[in-house]
Amino acid sequence: MLKLMIVDDSNVIRRRIERCNNGSDMFNVVASAQNGKEAIEVFKKVQPDVITMDLTMPEMDGIECIETLMALNPDIIILVISALSDKATGIEALEKGARGFVCKPFSDEVLMASLIEVTEQDDD
Amino acid sequence: MTEKVLQVFIDGAVKYFQHTSDKEVKVGTPYLVNNSEPSAFDFTGVIGVTGPMKGCVYFTAPQILLKHLLLSMGEDETTEENIIDVVGEVANTISGNARSEFGKEFMISVPVVLEGPPSNIHLPRHLRSYVIPVYWKSYSAAIVLCFE
Repeated sequence: MLKLMIVDDSNVIRRRIERCNNGSDMFNVVASAQNGKEAIEVFKKVQPDVITMDLTMPEMDGIECIETLMALNPDIIILVISALSDKATGIEALEKGARGFVCKPFSDEVLMASLIEVTEQDDD
Repeated sequence: MTEKVLQVFIDGAVKYFQHTSDKEVKVGTPYLVNNSEPSAFDFTGVIGVTGPMKGCVYFTAPQILLKHLLLSMGEDETTEENIIDVVGEVANTISGNARSEFGKEFMISVPVVLEGPPSNIHLPRHLRSYVIPVYWKSYSAAIVLCFE
């Protein structure tokens, strides 16, 4: 089982991602955070394998958070889940180290397929 | 404001509600209002916009619509905290999706959620806003655009 951490400033979205993973035999939600700054503190404690990352958040945004997390552990698998749907933002997130990008609003099926896809990239 | 700009937000609203369990959503004809009499329901999520387009986008809806929206997302805790959260999330998602058309220069803030209408702190009184009515289930809501 891969340890999953959810980073999003919306409680509703955090709970939704957690519900999607209830009963999953691949991912175990071990932690969540509501902004980039909190995510880094939680990351150091729980050392997750996979992170879902929002971009527009208070305190520290997702792009800055990805950059900091990649410096701490370049092997971390990050899937961005954001409403920011322009190509430049997607490219920037990938250049900083994210493995994939899911645009909000999303379906449960797309979320789970994307999580599996980014983790399977790691097996290649 | 051009028709093309309005269409970006109309498309954003339709896309958002089509991702709920009740996909039937209708959008009414947009109209103009004076900012001294802003259009608003029980809860309003306001997104500040900077860059070439300056102003704000807000999504406003009655409490009952927001409760049903939470339920349609599988969220059974329809608390005021989650209602405030989801109205901000809708505003954020529709505004963020607009960047696929306007690009990264369309910079958006994190949502500010208010009960009732935005004050003149958010809406300059000398401007007017476009209201896009949204009908979902048997309820009405609106997306409001106010740009300089």
